[in-house]
Amino acid sequence: MTVTNAAPIVSTRCGLDDGHTLDVYLATGGYDGFKAALAKAPTVVGDEVKAANLLGRGGAGFPAGTKWGFCPPGVWPRYLVVNGDESEPGTYKDRLLMEKDPHQLIEGVLIACYAIGAAQAFLYVRGEMALAQERIAQALNDAYAAGYIGKNILGSEFSVDVVLHWGAGAYIVGEETALIESLEGNRGMPRLKPPFFPAAKGLYLQPTVVNNVETLANLPWIMTNGSAAFTKLGTERAPGTRLFAISGHVKNPGVFEVEYGVTTFRDLIYAPLYCGGIRDGNELKAFIPGGGSAPWFLPEHVDMPLDPSVVGPSGSMLGSGAIVVMDSTTDVVKACWRLVRFYARESCGKCTPCREGTSWLEKILARLLAGEGRPTDLDLLLDVVDNISPAPFPKAKTEAGDWEAVPFPYKKTTICDLGPSVGSPIVSALLHFRDEFESYANRGVPVEVTLV
Amino acid sequence: MTRLSAENTILAREVIGRYPRPKSALIPLLHLAQEQDGFVAEDAMEHIAELLGVTPAEVLGTCSFYEMFKREPVGEYLVNVCTNISCMLVGGEELLAHLEERLGISSGSTTPDGRFTIEDVECIAACTEAPCLQVNYRYFYKVTPEAADALIDDLQHGRRAHEVPRHGILARTRQSLPSDRRAGNAVPGVAEEPVWLRAAAAGVEGGGA
Repeated sequence: MTVTNAAPIVSTRCGLDDGHTLDVYLATGGYDGFKAALAKAPTVVGDEVKAANLLGRGGAGFPAGTKWGFCPPGVWPRYLVVNGDESEPGTYKDRLLMEKDPHQLIEGVLIACYAIGAAQAFLYVRGEMALAQERIAQALNDAYAAGYIGKNILGSEFSVDVVLHWGAGAYIVGEETALIESLEGNRGMPRLKPPFFPAAKGLYLQPTVVNNVETLANLPWIMTNGSAAFTKLGTERAPGTRLFAISGHVKNPGVFEVEYGVTTFRDLIYAPLYCGGIRDGNELKAFIPGGGSAPWFLPEHVDMPLDPSVVGPSGSMLGSGAIVVMDSTTDVVKACWRLVRFYARESCGKCTPCREGTSWLEKILARLLAGEGRPTDLDLLLDVVDNISPAPFPKAKTEAGDWEAVPFPYKKTTICDLGPSVGSPIVSALLHFRDEFESYANRGVPVEVTLV
Repeated sequence: MTRLSAENTILAREVIGRYPRPKSALIPLLHLAQEQDGFVAEDAMEHIAELLGVTPAEVLGTCSFYEMFKREPVGEYLVNVCTNISCMLVGGEELLAHLEERLGISSGSTTPDGRFTIEDVECIAACTEAPCLQVNYRYFYKVTPEAADALIDDLQHGRRAHEVPRHGILARTRQSLPSDRRAGNAVPGVAEEPVWLRAAAAGVEGGGA
């Protein structure tokens, strides 16, 4: 076990009842990182974030400092858009940060706006998160009144407005170009890209940086303690700490901030400090390493470190930091159907392979579960997935299997990753637990026909 | 079927003023309409179209995409039970079935007295607190069938009114942008290079200071 128990960076106030108030925030070092940034040139701040190699915490894991650098020079205005639309199945960490420590997020927003030269920021919070909206609204009101946001902040030349914006229930809006469409008042459908990466052409077709909540929440600490202190934690390719939510069949499900790249799945699932093992003394059957869209891993993979540069080539992803644990009692076909239904419901309908494919996949799995399936359904499932994400689909290598690992990401016939994501539960479950599908497929009672 | 009230129209104009382009206020105004009436009425959509300078069809087009906007009245209490993977693994489906039986309705429908609507929803980001549900978007964690019964009793007798407002009311704290502190909208075609960047580029140590 490699439980390092490193001091947390982003969750220091999550255990407090009043950590969301400006008074407590200021009393615990709040806005110090922003003041430190303000004393430096914007480019120096950007270089510091780049040196920290802060990987995006939303799902794709792209380095934040590099993403900032994609804004074309001389094109104004630039915007910062905060992605607080957390809705990947199994994911619970951005909501925690928004409810428990909204000022930390706002401070991160200010540091990012200062560095990239954004004159306006939009904080997009998932519609269903009423408490997060209330806490952020109060925090913004208090921060404006105290002079931390608005015109000539703290007497400087730096001026920015931060506008709170609520979503209204659509998973797809977590995709950054769909989020921008939504922020423009449209249906949340992803934009075709390239060439329209948001950093080049985003909100109102202006340069726009879209950053995840947890990513921005790291910035105050980096500004206060420096990038060298940040890269001392974790590994070279996955520095710092990261929040992971572990749910499902563990004794103590929870959200834990651990050293990135060093800690393993085994640590999180079994260490007494974290989840304390599988519930009821059961055996681990499988786990999802990075949210509903990630291909599944088996017990033999638990010693893998939480490092995207290891998990990706091994056939899955750390995604949004969501680990879902399934024990030996799990009906794999049903678990698969639950996830597939999600993508069928949440498909925005823009790309045909996803719009049609996800709903057909859901129907096939539903009929299997109802005992009305056919033996040919198993290959039909894979065939429909192939239309959305051409083979080979990412998968993990196993001791029992005669295949090699197929690295992440998946190929796609769609604009965004929602469509291919539906393949993760299907390909994983069929690969590792085909017998369970066959058992369902053979439940259909053959019809006897008597010729007269 | 109502348009936005005079008071809400003033608020709507203020919200529109926060965005470089008016149409960006569409979703916030739909929330405002739903807060006013408990659902988004057709007249309200037409009113929003007038305020934003778009067609009513554009408003409907956006409104109908997002699942939180109800275009028909729903119960005073919207009970959203999560049945996605993390909740399913620890009893989310059983919790939904229990509530359906208790209220005598299936998910997607409303009790005859108009007090409760049940929905079978996807992941609501409380996976480590499963099984979970929301009532009017207020969270309830690790809900047992007994706890669900007690919650319904409380709601029926108005004992949770302080923590669960009626459907339509989302955040009860609004952002208010003080006009004397505002930096102003960054409007495409108008905004220039920010002054703090220019100051830094000109060699002033600490562009912000």
